[in-house]
Amino acid sequence: MRVHVNGDSTEVTGGTTLADLITQLDLPAPRIAIELNREVVRRSDWGSTMLKDEDRIEIVHFVGGGKN
Amino acid sequence: MIIAGRQFSSRLIIGTGKYRSYEEMRSAHEASGAQMVTVAVRRVPLDRSSESFLDYLSPALQILPNTAGCYTADDAVRTARLAREALQTDLVKLEVIGDQTTLFPDNEQTLEAARILVKEGFVVLPYFNDDLIMARKLLDAGCAAIMPLAAPIGSGLGVQNPANLRIMREQLPDATMIVDAGVGTASDAAIAMELGADGVLMNTAIAEATDPAKMATAMKLAIEAGRLAYVAGRMPKRLYASASSPLTGVIR
Repeated sequence: MRVHVNGDSTEVTGGTTLADLITQLDLPAPRIAIELNREVVRRSDWGSTMLKDEDRIEIVHFVGGGKN
Repeated sequence: MIIAGRQFSSRLIIGTGKYRSYEEMRSAHEASGAQMVTVAVRRVPLDRSSESFLDYLSPALQILPNTAGCYTADDAVRTARLAREALQTDLVKLEVIGDQTTLFPDNEQTLEAARILVKEGFVVLPYFNDDLIMARKLLDAGCAAIMPLAAPIGSGLGVQNPANLRIMREQLPDATMIVDAGVGTASDAAIAMELGADGVLMNTAIAEATDPAKMATAMKLAIEAGRLAYVAGRMPKRLYASASSPLTGVIR
């Protein structure tokens, strides 16, 4: 099935959880936050959140910034 | 400086953007004495393993996530929620920009976002135009402080409308007022403080200085000096001279 991560389409197998996705993408889990279809998913729920076809996922981190 | 019941001994809040290196940023942070730094929320790049920028910040610093880059209340609210989830802080510096050239805030969207975020338990610090009526609305909405601009973001022009800041100070004596954006050099920060600001937030003035650590020190001292001058109460301005020495007993 296909999901959209930070605007890019990617194929994942059925039964993939958000936690699996983060592991597959090799992201620094302690410093990121995830939104699934515009709702924040708490870290404690990543492991139990199954991805569905056409899900839209935003994964963010922090960067240097003052304003703009 | 008190924000939502939390005491900060430094009245300077600084950004983490535009530095030439993380080392330069770190030495500027140290020199500034600031206890709070702003960070931005962005998509994680998926094509490379990125180390966490947060690891370059001193653990002693309070991190203030911002909603920089957001153009709608909806985007700002989503960004704030993501930041809270990742950082476990309810503080947010709310910015909703209305125009790309000036980076002036969209006050209407800012107010809308502020109302939602306050309801959700955030400590909201909003960036807005230096307008008393808007300041009142933001405080009525439950914002923890007001953060009027001095001049456009990154312009370094200094306080462009001192009367507005003074009026805001006089009319809202109990509000925590932090001048946010537009400071260029130490005297600008001192002026903001002399007008009665409780603090100043800046990024570019330090990061784009030739020697950011020295400028950070200058800002720290200027903010202390400006605050002292405000508390001390300045002398009235006069058009004509007023002698300091006795007028009597001068030899003839």
